[in-house]
Amino acid sequence: MPSLSLFLSQMFNGLTAGLLLALISAGLTIIYGTLGVVNFAHGALFVVGAYVGYAVYGTTQSFVLAVAVGALVALVVGLILERGLVRLFYDRPPEDQILVTFGVAIILVEIMRGIFGGVNLSVPSPEWGAGIVHLGSLIYPKYRFETLFISAGTLLVLYLLLYRTKIGLIVRAGIEDSLMVSMLGINVKRAFFIVFGLGAMVAGYAGTIDAPIVTLQPDMGFRVLIDSFVVVVIGGIGSFQGAIVGGIIAGEILSLTAMFDPSYSQVMLFVAMALVLIFRPQGIMGVEGRE
Amino acid sequence: MNERKNKGDAVDQPRRLVLKGLAGAMGAAAVGVPILSGMSFSAVAQGAKAPIGNYPAGVSGNTVVAGLTVDLTGPYSAQGEEERNGYELAAEQLNSGAAQIRRISPLTKKGVLGKTLKLQAGDSETKPNSAVQLATRFITNDKAMLVAGSTSSAVAIALENYCNRERTPYMVAISGSTETTGEKCQRYGFRPCWYAYMACKALAPVVAKELGKNRKAAYLIPDYTYGHTTAKQFKDFSAKDGGWTSVSEQVHPLGATDYSSYLINIANSGADTLVVIDYGADSVNSIKQAKEFGILAKMKVVVPYMSSYLANSLGAETMQGVYATTNFWWTMAEDPKYPGAKEFVDAYMKKFGGKRPQDSAFVAYLGMALWADGVERAGSFYPPEVVKALEAGVKREGPTGQVWFRGGDHQAAVNFPIVRGKKPADMRNKDDFFEVIEVVNGESVLPPLELFGCKLGEYV
Repeated sequence: MPSLSLFLSQMFNGLTAGLLLALISAGLTIIYGTLGVVNFAHGALFVVGAYVGYAVYGTTQSFVLAVAVGALVALVVGLILERGLVRLFYDRPPEDQILVTFGVAIILVEIMRGIFGGVNLSVPSPEWGAGIVHLGSLIYPKYRFETLFISAGTLLVLYLLLYRTKIGLIVRAGIEDSLMVSMLGINVKRAFFIVFGLGAMVAGYAGTIDAPIVTLQPDMGFRVLIDSFVVVVIGGIGSFQGAIVGGIIAGEILSLTAMFDPSYSQVMLFVAMALVLIFRPQGIMGVEGRE
Repeated sequence: MNERKNKGDAVDQPRRLVLKGLAGAMGAAAVGVPILSGMSFSAVAQGAKAPIGNYPAGVSGNTVVAGLTVDLTGPYSAQGEEERNGYELAAEQLNSGAAQIRRISPLTKKGVLGKTLKLQAGDSETKPNSAVQLATRFITNDKAMLVAGSTSSAVAIALENYCNRERTPYMVAISGSTETTGEKCQRYGFRPCWYAYMACKALAPVVAKELGKNRKAAYLIPDYTYGHTTAKQFKDFSAKDGGWTSVSEQVHPLGATDYSSYLINIANSGADTLVVIDYGADSVNSIKQAKEFGILAKMKVVVPYMSSYLANSLGAETMQGVYATTNFWWTMAEDPKYPGAKEFVDAYMKKFGGKRPQDSAFVAYLGMALWADGVERAGSFYPPEVVKALEAGVKREGPTGQVWFRGGDHQAAVNFPIVRGKKPADMRNKDDFFEVIEVVNGESVLPPLELFGCKLGEYV
């Protein structure tokens, strides 16, 4: 049996990794939960943010600036996508939306590969995140420790934005009955435009935050996409709180299974997803019957 | 998981192809005389051998095609890119009859048997299924006479299997698993690189001497044939040569990005040595994160089977003191014992804008040159004869010295360096990451022929 200190270490690591997963999935769930579009370009936007952040960090040595520019570029890409392409697909069947966003993902990833090459790139932790912290017997990278607060803080801000502001209200009303909202004299199209951009921006932001933890590789986006899907399916598709719950559950499953046998950790994640789909298809926090 | 499933798919592929081929043959018979007479004419010209693989259709013109199955995306894409460079350099030198390549293939004049070698490259995506689809395209559409390239053993084994059925020689590039020239060996597959057994047999006594005996090792292992067989070889040899024990084995999916939970286990395992079986992007990710978890400060790192690219991604600060084997390191060009290494490095740097070659470029270059030599010695592209020529054990001078294929399992006796990461202060230039502490004689570390149960199949 694992020792108590190993158990606590893995619990803590699961929480940190889980909140990061929640942050990574947030962009996907924002777009799906409000627009009903399954954005397969989510992982690619993550990659765009990560690489732009890498380039800015390398030239300016400012991590904060890197995060800001990475998120901003993802926002602009997201807005262009919505206006130029995704808007035309709101009324099309989901498989069309998946195909078109998947196509966009391939294009974005290949552009990144063209610019930065296929070799893994290492992004150093920011100065304030370098070094290690001692938590009892656990030695933990300082930056990973800090992402706990970065993820939690960002998720809180997003929650307030979506559930405590007027724009959030309009968007959520728009998805329930866009015709009715339009009749009330509200520009739903513009609200959708903003939401898609926001989702893309959060994906890019997560990419820059995650960059110092992993190494950058153009194909990392596809894994991010899969991880995000698992998280939102467990938590409840389209539910923002669900993404947070799903993220933490996924993080704990990965960490705690790895404590016994690492080769089963990914399997257990998908087992958990399958169990959720069988016994609670709408996800843990999902609402039954929602479009 | 994926790898296993894909292997099954790979087996189905040729069956369909055979059916397609049958249908094609029937169609040709129906069309009748003109096509058949055209074919038999060229067959006579080639010495009246029964058609096999793409012979004689693939060699009826002035050019001959080699299909490259390289990883341009996925966790091994950096290596795939280098492989393509190596193949391009070899093809260029073969086509111009350059003196450098004639060191390995002395009968070469211009091209391969006088035919211009044309390359078709595609992305195998580090997935056996995609690689086999790609090879199918090369063999059926491009009439390829050679398929070459791999970075994953799962891919290499699937391609060997497929190309063997298609009777088209397949030249592995990188593949570390013992199965590739062991249990899963094929008559038409050849491995020009070093692999798990050779690497671990050579490295274990060196690290036992340099790092000490009775160390406790923790392993990071990618979950597929390469990872499992290489970990086993290193465990066996390090136990025998140094009394090392394994205290933690972290088996994880190929292409994992977050190693935190594995590293916490390792930090808690009481290990004093980290043995990284991971390759390509996985080794970059895992070692980088091991450093962040404070593990590198407490443990020595050994990489039994390393892509030399690792150092470019991680930097000297992290790589210093790391022990590894790789298939080639550019400073061998400075050793007068290896004139071929200097020629190879110089030619590579000239062609690719001053970039120094990595080991995967070397293996690709060597593999293609050895194939060309086999064809020249056979005096024909007739696949069974090319295979027999490659099996003949004729010794050639490669960039790392003498090299040849063992007839019984198609494993190359190829020399390779054991390296140690240099301190940043000792580096003479930005690529000077490693010190070569020994060049291993490949022949001396080959396993007994029967050890991994290789049974080569039929020629025709």
